[in-house]
Parts: sequence; C-alpha cells; structure tokens
Amino acid sequence: MKNILTSSIAMLVILLGFTGCNNGNQSGGKSGALSNNIAEKVYVAPGEYDSHYAFISGGYSGNITVYGLPSGRMFKEIPVFSQFATSGYGYSEETKPMLNTSHGFVPWGDSHHPDISQSKGELDGRWVFINENNTPRIARISLTTFETEEIIEVPNSAGNHSSSFVTENTEYVVAGTRFSVPIPQRDMPIKDYKGNFQGALSFISVAPETGNMDIKFQVLMPGFNYDLSHPGRGKSHGWFFFTTYNTEEASTLLEVNASQNDKDFIAAVNWKKIEEYVNNGGGKMMPANYAHNLYDEHTHTATSTIKKEVRVVNPIDVPGAVYFIPTPKSPHGCDVDPSGEYIVGNGKLSANLTVHSFTKMLDAIEKEKFAGEAYGIPILNFEDVLAGVVEQPGLGPLHTEFDGKGNAYTTFFISSEVVKWKIGTWEVIDRKPTYYSVGHLTIPGGNSGKPQGKYMFAMNKITKDRYLPTGPEMEHSAQLYDISGDKMELLLDFPTHGEPHYAAAMEASIIKEQSQKIYKLADNKHPYAAKSDADTKVVRDGNEVHIYMTTIRSHFSPDNIEGVKVGDKVYFHVTNLEQDFDVPHGFAVLGQNNSELLIMPGQTKSSVWEPKQVGVWPFYCTDFCSALHQEMQGYIRVSAADSDVPIKWSLGEDIE
Amino acid sequence: MKKASIIMIIGSLLLLGLFKFPLWNIMLGAPQYPDPLGMNIHIDGIKGVSEFDLQNIDGLNHYIGMKTIPKAEEMWEFSVFPKVILGMALLGVIIGLLGYLNKVSYKYFLGWFVLMSVLGILGMYDFNNWLADYGGNLDPHAIIKVTNPDGSPMSYKPPLIGFKKLLNFDVTSLPHTGGYLMFIGMSFTLIAFWLGRKTSVKKIT
Ligand SMILES: [Cu+2]
Repeated sequence: MKNILTSSIAMLVILLGFTGCNNGNQSGGKSGALSNNIAEKVYVAPGEYDSHYAFISGGYSGNITVYGLPSGRMFKEIPVFSQFATSGYGYSEETKPMLNTSHGFVPWGDSHHPDISQSKGELDGRWVFINENNTPRIARISLTTFETEEIIEVPNSAGNHSSSFVTENTEYVVAGTRFSVPIPQRDMPIKDYKGNFQGALSFISVAPETGNMDIKFQVLMPGFNYDLSHPGRGKSHGWFFFTTYNTEEASTLLEVNASQNDKDFIAAVNWKKIEEYVNNGGGKMMPANYAHNLYDEHTHTATSTIKKEVRVVNPIDVPGAVYFIPTPKSPHGCDVDPSGEYIVGNGKLSANLTVHSFTKMLDAIEKEKFAGEAYGIPILNFEDVLAGVVEQPGLGPLHTEFDGKGNAYTTFFISSEVVKWKIGTWEVIDRKPTYYSVGHLTIPGGNSGKPQGKYMFAMNKITKDRYLPTGPEMEHSAQLYDISGDKMELLLDFPTHGEPHYAAAMEASIIKEQSQKIYKLADNKHPYAAKSDADTKVVRDGNEVHIYMTTIRSHFSPDNIEGVKVGDKVYFHVTNLEQDFDVPHGFAVLGQNNSELLIMPGQTKSSVWEPKQVGVWPFYCTDFCSALHQEMQGYIRVSAADSDVPIKWSLGEDIE
Repeated sequence: MKKASIIMIIGSLLLLGLFKFPLWNIMLGAPQYPDPLGMNIHIDGIKGVSEFDLQNIDGLNHYIGMKTIPKAEEMWEFSVFPKVILGMALLGVIIGLLGYLNKVSYKYFLGWFVLMSVLGILGMYDFNNWLADYGGNLDPHAIIKVTNPDGSPMSYKPPLIGFKKLLNFDVTSLPHTGGYLMFIGMSFTLIAFWLGRKTSVKKIT
C-alpha cells in the first residue's frame, strides 16, 4: 500500500515535469544575477543597515534566529525553549525556571511559528510569540531586549502546532493541538481513540501593557488533528480558523488511514462569541497542571508557578460558535488574506487550491444550510462556502502569504516551488523554483492586515548542492525573492540555523528604534547584585557559599577567594558594572558542570559550582572585552571538606 | 541711549543661558564608538552628553593612567563660576538700567565688556590648565605608556578649541549653546557701547 502511494506521487512528479511549468534552469541563475545586478539588491554596504528584521524559527533547535533582509545576515540566536550554553540561558540560576514544566525541567523544545504582535491589524514590533510543539508551550519574546520573557505551558494539548498566531490587536495568541489525546489524560487503550480523544484549542489572552499571558479558555473539540491556524482580520476579526486532518480519527498508520476522507475540515471558531460566554461565567474550571514562567527584567530572574486549573468550553454549549468547512484533502496551511474575506485551505494531497469565502460562510450559517454535523458541530456545504479554486497550480501545496497588492504566494512541497496567483481570478501569474522541498514562506507583515510586499523568502527543508558541503548534514536554506514586480526574482540563498520552520518579519524601523542597549545598574533589583566593588563579598551559609562578584574592564572583584570546601555549593553571582552598549563579560570556572555565563551591562547572573577536588582553580572572562581581557581572571581555593580555612577574599591586595 | 541701554540689558541677560546650557563641549569619537562619547562643561560641573558617557570615558582613560573626570565638588571653579556669571549679568543689567535713566555714560558698557573679557580670558586660561593637568598628569602605574618620538610621555590634553587626534580618538572641543549665548551677549554689550557713543556724539554736534 505504501509503495503504491509513493510510486504514484513519483508518477505525478514526472507528469508535472512533462506537462508544463518549465521552471527555468538553475545554472542560468548565475549569469542572470550578473546581468541583472541582483547582487546589488541584496548588498548592504559595511556600516549600513538592513531594511527588515526576520525572526526565523529554529524548529528542532528550539530557538529563534534573527536575520537581516535583504542581506540574509544572521544577527543573533535568541534562546527560547532550549538551553543555550553561549549565554547560560537555561543553565544560570535565573533562567532555569524558564524551562520548567509540569514534567519538570525540559532542556529542549521544538519551536515552530513565530508571530509578531499587532495593534489594529498592523505589526507593532513589541513582542514575538512562538509555540513549542513537543511539550506544548507558548513563549513571548521582548523585541526591546530580544530576550524570552515569558513561557506558558498549555495543558490538555499535545503537539502544539496550530500556534502561535495572534489576533489583530493581540487580544489572543492561539494554541491548537496537533494530536488529540484523552482529556484529562488517563490510561486507556489507544485503539479506543475514536470518540474518546479530544483536541483542545487554547485561547491565551495577552495583557495589553505587559504582554503577560493567561489561558482564558480552551475549546474541547472532536478528536481530529488541528494542524495550522490563522486569525480572521478586518471583516472576519473575531473568528479563528484551524485546518484539521485525520477526521477519520485513526490511531495507526496515519499516512494511509488518515488520508481516506476526500475532505477534512477547516474549523471556524467565533472566539468573540465564546469570550462573551466565558465572561458571563460560561465553561467550567477543570483540574490541570501547567507551568507559567515569567522573567523579570529588573531582578534579572525568572519565576515558575504551577497552575492548577483551566477553563474549558464544550463547543456545543455555545451555539453558533464553531462550524466545520469541508476542505480537500488533508489541508495543512490555513491562511487568511489581508482583507479577511478569503480563507485558503491548502489540501496537501489535493491537486487544487481551495479558497473559502468568509461572506459566503456567514450567509450559509444564517440560512442554516448545513450538510450535517460532527459531534454536534454543524458542517457547512463545500460549494456554499467556496470562493474559488486555483486549478492544478503544483504539487503538495502548503502555505500561502499575501503581498497586500491582491496576490497570493503558495509554496509547493513536492514540486519545490513558489506559485504566485491572483486573488479573485484564481489564475496563476508566476512560479519560481525553490531549492528544495519548501515548507513555509514569509512576506514581512504577511500575517497582518498590512503586508509589506517587497520581499518574500521561502524556507526549504533540503539544501543539497547549494552550498559547500559540510558532511551529511547541512543547514537548511532560505531563499529571498524580490516580489515588487510582476514576476518574482530570486535574489539570494542563505543558510539558516536549525529547521527554518516559519518566520515573522517586518520593516526594521520600529524595532531598531526601541532596542535596548544596556540594563541600567540603578534599576538592577537582583537580590544578589553587587552594584559596586564595595558591595562585593563572600558569604557562607551552611554548605552554601555566595560570592557577590563584579566585572568591569578588565578585572573581577574579588579575584582571590579562599575558604571554599569540597562539597560546598558555590554560587557565583556576577554583576557586570559596565554601562556601555555591547560590552558583556563572561564567566567560567574550571571543572564546572555547567555552562559559562554571559552577563550584559548592568545585569546579574548566577551560576552554581560544586567543587569535588581540592586545589586552586582559575576562573576567567570568556568574552573578549578589552585590551586586557586576557588578564581578566582570578583564583578560587578549594580546601578539604574538613579543613578550617576561613572564608576570605581580596582584590589588589594580598589576602590577610 | 535708550536703545543702547536696552541692548546692554539683553546682552547681559544672555549670560544667564549658561545656567541652562553647557559652556563647552568635548566629543571623543573612535571606530569602536560610532556614537561618540562626549562631555558637556557646564559652569557648575561636567556632565556626560549621554547618561553613561563619563563612566565610559573614565573606563577608557584608566588604561593610560588619566584621572577620573572631576565631580563638581572637586573643583573650586564650579562653585565660583556661577557666582561670577550671575554677578556679571546683574552688573550688566544695572549698568544698562542706569544708562537708560541717563545716570551713567555709555563708556560703562565698554567697561563691562572689558571686565567680562578679562574674566573670560582668565576662565579660558584656567580651563586650559585643567585640560593640561587632566591629559598630562598620568598615573605612573598606568597600564599603557605611550611616548612621543623624543621619549617624553605623551600628553592626552584635549584641544582647548578645535580638533586633535589622541591615539585612536578624534577629539573635538568647541563652545556649546551656553558659550555661544555668552559670546552673543558680550557682542551685544559692545554694540550697546557703539550705539551709545553714536547717539551721544550726535547730541553734541
Ligand atoms: Cu571581560
């Protein structure tokens, strides 16, 4: 059975190769680049700035990387769901709570869909949200500090995939479950999946001032797989759309068993209606267990709180809140155009692209034209809601973005291309190959009412032969296209880190202006901060030793420490006294079962060291900070567990 | 004479701008400081152009053994200068008023100008001495010692006025808003003198 499927896909690919859409050959691309001055279009001269920021998810790296467009230069990796030895994120005492979950400390995550906060349907550049697929979580990253400030775990969810898209005023960030599971979790036979498993769609409210997240309610849906989602906007603001697959509710060999139905659904959820229901006391609190982790910029410290209940809503208790729109065939992407009228459901096994009409949907609902129901949820007629079909545009349609000029761009995984088509006429205007197996694509501002349609970049799963080889594994590639003209123009290939699952991008201006350069020492409220050399000290508390240490170019204070014993738990609390942009100091001590720390100006970070051997051990600054960086070092003396060497420390004078 | 006296009063009052705006500004730019570091010299103390500039200048200067930038209470000038400026402004206003009432002659305007010029030159002389001490009086334990071709230790004295290259830094020293207001004010008093003379000569003829 599997073989038949694979070979038929292969046949289709061959057919497509014969039946047209000559994609142009790639070797011609190079001479084209020279003759068309393409290089100039991506060249950002030394000292000049890129025009756009791109926040590219790292997929299995668990993080986000920050890129500039059009240069494709990587500026930074922001640790989100994975420990990051470069800065000590997830290793330092302050950031360990960020990775706390109801399953304990989870050092890794699978980050998928970043989305930038919006006000009135436009990107406002305050935060980026991103979901974690494996241990369902949502993170909020500040675009002032470019640090992860908050992570909330999502209970009753499994495979947090249709996430983390925001509504047009960032009222909610949504977290739909890819895998349906028993709710609440319990021991039961897997074969009894059908009718017993459920899928939770979580609506997480975002506080307008602080950005703080809170699960307002979860809609407990039938046991399908909720794959991707997009908020309504403009006229459809107040609705959220989720693609589903496995409406068969199979639990084994899904490749075949979940591909039987000719049509799956897009679930249309009227969240405003459910919000009103909840505000009037609707839904019920259900016992739950999930972590809420919050980082405080002033104490430089995260705290983790375990929450014990969540509000759940049964959709049939809120009539008119949820409908199913039949969509062929195992739809993956679910994309809403800038006007909010069109909902594109890309059936990844369908030869055509299906576009639904929001107006027609409302009309059908009003006239109660239903084809039936599933678990009490009305199913609309496919034809009643259909706006149009893009015929045979390619193979394996995945994701669609919009340029704000009436065009849509869809990626095709199997035929490895991006196809540009016109909204309303549904005709294909242009197509360009990608190298290779493209997943998502991004247009800056794409998931908003105001796309900034100058650039588009496609994110590929395979890179072979595009760069110098680096062994069996290569970094994935992204490809930047100029979409300002009628035809897309390939400008640049650039490698990305991890899996470039999806990205959010916007013009640089707002973010660049608000970017923070230092932490003010005066605002440092870390309980173990030493704000000047006079505050430095070493304090013993049982077998814990707390070292209040400062760094400034080019010394540690203190730099000689004695009286530590084998078996002690030594906390280095290091405060960077610098108040100058881009002058971090590092800290590492020999034999530490931990990472280094990288401490930003005005910041305090703590690292635990548990010495197991007597000796005099060096510590040093790991970030080349000045002409005398190499001299930025110190010693810590470790005595036997039963020794009576008292605690002593010094800087610049001998220890008495 | 009435017009001249009013100009005299305005000119003297312009000195008061020094209580709000800096007299002088020194900027230090270098490749690694695309946003240059800077200090503004006010009559009552030295302030950084940006919040942490002084701390960062001190941080850099410690390599070559320069002293830290003095706090207001560490220099007598910063308590005396405000009094001198206030005194001169008051004196100018009084002379202007008396001139308006024809109690004193226009020659007092010139007298004020000469006195102010002398004080100004003394101030500049004092400022230059401070710069020389700041740039030349180095810690013998300095980490980096740079010598001139003749073997003498290099001085890091910023220019009194204008531009100078100090190691990798481009140092520019120029009057600032308060200073310009003072110069304009002083030239007003000179104009007042000239106008006063013209009207009195006219009267005589
Ligand atoms: Cu350092």
